[in-house]
Amino acid sequence: MSTQQVKGQQIESVNDFVIRFANVNGTGSASANNLFAKAIFRMGLPVSPKNVFPSNIQGLPTWYEVRVNDKGYVGRRGGVDIMVAVNPQSLAQDIKAVDSGGYFVYDSTKPLDLRLHRNDISIFGIPLTDICRREYTDARQRQLFKNVIYIGALAAMLDLEFDVLKNLIHDQFKGKEKLIAPNIHALELGYQYAEENFSCPLGIRVERRDMVDGHIMMEGNAALGLGAVYGGASVVAWYPITPSTSVIEQFEKYAKRLRIDPGSGKRNYAIAQAEDELSAIGMVVGASWNGARSFTATSGPGVSLMSEFLGLAYFAEVPTVLFNVQRSGPSTGMPTRSQQSDLLLSAYASHGDTKQVLMFPSTPKECFDMGADSFDLADRLQTPVILMSDLDLGMNEHFSEPLEWDDSKLYDRGKVFSETELDEMSDRYGRYLDIDGDGICYRTYPGTHPTKGAFFTRGSSRDRYAKYTESSDEYVDNMQRLLVKWETAKNYVPQPEFRPAKQSTRDGMIYFGTTTASAEEALDILSAKGLHMDAMRVRGFPFNADVEAFIEDHDRVFVVEQNRDGQLRTMLINECEINPSKLKSLLCYDGLPVTARWIVEAITGSGTTDNVVPLSKEVKV
Amino acid sequence: MTYHRPEFRHPDLPTNDLGYTKKQYEGAISTLCAGCGHDSISAGIIQACFELSIEPHKVAKVSGIGCSSKTPTYFLGSSHGFNSVHGRMPSVATGANLANRELTYIGVSGDGDTASIGMGQFAHVVRRNLNMLYLVENNGCYGLTKGQDSATADVGSMGKKGTPNPFEPIDLCTLALELGATFVARSFSGDKEQLVPLIKAALSHSGFALIDVISPCVTFNNTTTSTKSYEFVREHIEATGKTDFIPVRQEITADYDPGFTQEVTLHDGSVIHLYKEDENLDVHNRLSAIQAIHERKAKGEILTGLLYLDPDCQDLHEIIGSVEKPLRDLDETALCPGNRSLEAINDSLR
Repeated sequence: MSTQQVKGQQIESVNDFVIRFANVNGTGSASANNLFAKAIFRMGLPVSPKNVFPSNIQGLPTWYEVRVNDKGYVGRRGGVDIMVAVNPQSLAQDIKAVDSGGYFVYDSTKPLDLRLHRNDISIFGIPLTDICRREYTDARQRQLFKNVIYIGALAAMLDLEFDVLKNLIHDQFKGKEKLIAPNIHALELGYQYAEENFSCPLGIRVERRDMVDGHIMMEGNAALGLGAVYGGASVVAWYPITPSTSVIEQFEKYAKRLRIDPGSGKRNYAIAQAEDELSAIGMVVGASWNGARSFTATSGPGVSLMSEFLGLAYFAEVPTVLFNVQRSGPSTGMPTRSQQSDLLLSAYASHGDTKQVLMFPSTPKECFDMGADSFDLADRLQTPVILMSDLDLGMNEHFSEPLEWDDSKLYDRGKVFSETELDEMSDRYGRYLDIDGDGICYRTYPGTHPTKGAFFTRGSSRDRYAKYTESSDEYVDNMQRLLVKWETAKNYVPQPEFRPAKQSTRDGMIYFGTTTASAEEALDILSAKGLHMDAMRVRGFPFNADVEAFIEDHDRVFVVEQNRDGQLRTMLINECEINPSKLKSLLCYDGLPVTARWIVEAITGSGTTDNVVPLSKEVKV
Repeated sequence: MTYHRPEFRHPDLPTNDLGYTKKQYEGAISTLCAGCGHDSISAGIIQACFELSIEPHKVAKVSGIGCSSKTPTYFLGSSHGFNSVHGRMPSVATGANLANRELTYIGVSGDGDTASIGMGQFAHVVRRNLNMLYLVENNGCYGLTKGQDSATADVGSMGKKGTPNPFEPIDLCTLALELGATFVARSFSGDKEQLVPLIKAALSHSGFALIDVISPCVTFNNTTTSTKSYEFVREHIEATGKTDFIPVRQEITADYDPGFTQEVTLHDGSVIHLYKEDENLDVHNRLSAIQAIHERKAKGEILTGLLYLDPDCQDLHEIIGSVEKPLRDLDETALCPGNRSLEAINDSLR
């Protein structure tokens, strides 16, 4: 029996479900699965696709999960309502992963192993390989269209608007029109098969809504690359590393269109693919020192290599922008899985007493805004600014507010003396003189003035006039001023965002970055269960007084992070005058984006985490 | 070590085309050991920049870490300088040059900074043909950490530590030639007559110019058993020939010596006259240069002078097609595409 439809206990839902596709990587499945997600989006629904892929080019299992939700929750929910299993390698685990009452769609060319059979789910066999063998002669076509066929079948099963899919195909193959008809034909093959063999639609289906409201579907890395274009970056240096590579590729894509000098046809930007990350950050430091806006993008292993230069840039006070798209560590870890585990590495990057400014975006819109702003911030503070994205945010398309730019905005280049200002200066110029008392001194660009303003930049100790010194007093004076600057930075970094509970509560939750969407859903679920929590999303480091006050104002604060060691919690304890025992870690670090269900279960105690005293137990007392 | 330099200069000091005397090209007082070869090189850089009438503030000095990397403080005091991290000067120079192609870049490095910790960056800055003078002050040892052998020390050479070096040396000139360097020269800190024209030619070359300058370490590697001592180098040096550098503005009045002359016109119109001692060396031929170095080495000799030059090369900016104007001078108009473009991008993402 290739098909069974379980009655009575089926999951029933309109516009709220999780579907997971299990494929073999390198078979073109991601673009077909993206077609599915985009169709939901074009039907006016918030959608959240996540590509879970191996560190491999071809042949290994890969999954693609799509969350559909008309309440606007776009984080991972947890669980699987519909599984589309096209990879025999992972079939056994895939069928096990389906929630009871869910739906399992598989390639029935080969019968399902009876040992894998489950009675509590509905099973739908589509002979995908057979259909392709019948329809196509070319081996590559047989492989590619298999994916399109099951999308067609899902259209019938879930009530997707077929015209929406057709329009997407037209958009996708603009310029390659020959491919449109065969793709639509493949969609129809699947659609017809499902119509003829299953009772469509299933208990889960999609209905058009009007909830998109100008939103876009964008990868965080593309938004970062574009943000750097808008933020005025003109020198880009990088070394390829997953998952940050597409930041640079997207910068280049947009720069090629938007940054060409109309007179000469030449480029208003330079990109250098460096020999390693040490060199990439060195180029950024050199370019920034010389007055250009410059950045690099990397991931954890790259940050490790860049640490020496980050210390130099901190101590020599060179604006430096670094986008860290985090992945699972330590070491090579799981290079294609997501994590938030570079916080400590980045915050205290380099030897000696070093602290770095961090930003934590959580959506593509924020990647764009913070990406552009990071250059102002670095110029203003004359120090490295590290933007902490992750693989989930960077490489998955997210449902995001549209991007906006204020055309009246001018770049803030910070404190830089011009030739005229140097001319008019009667006092001796001192590169490290704190004239304004905010710890930030005035710099000059090389080549500004024939006789005034030149100085020597170095990583060794110097006096206020940039002259080398080994005087203890001068050294301490400089280190203390850097602390003054650190205090100033608290006013400039993105401020935290608060999400008050519906009822007054002594409990709080702190999260950041890609935990946000799942955490917000979890907070609503908990609230429905009567567990109310105020929430704070941290957006920048150093933490300002509001962060400390939030912890102060609550008796117990859950810190949700996607790392093993509770790195944000460590930083909060390190930097704030707070009682550490108030902070309870909720740590999900399996490499997959955290789910709302996981957070809820961790808090209510039905989960298995060892890091938290279950709230429900305490509530009973 | 001198710790005081009198302010007084002779009132009739010669001036250059900018009206500057050499004083305008000096830096802070050197803190290196008395007699250090590096100080002669700094003097050579001062001399070359003075004679070329380069505006001092239009020069950016970059270096890594080590005795050699300290020297940019000791010349061109009106220039910005950047003493970066060990072995990473090439990347800082690359970023700086990409930001502003109009400045003149002088990178000073040492044999440890280039041939060991900085080998990777050195190799790649050569490949990119970054427009800069990359000057290695090569003494075969680590001075600041008190005399360990470096990767350019010859086999069997023995410094003050008293142990002969057992490892093959790295020849930075042949390496650079292999990697596609467009200007390669070797010189000796004790031969100012040769060094100054070479620095002038290197500064006029629009591309990557390496000068590997053998610069004895008087404290740790000037022993009778070292092949990087003043005495050994003086006895074993063989010049490719005498070099004259004629800047573009200057009429060619040089006295031609008999022998083999080769004339090289640089990108900016300057001319190098090479009075060759060795008729087999063709400075336009990479292989010929590599061969000449190896042949002299086999005889126990150190070949100095201009070794190779490609005056028609493309530098990094030309290769990547960046605008003529320094990137760092571009403003919002050139850099920021504005909200209208963004609306179109939003539409493409729906």
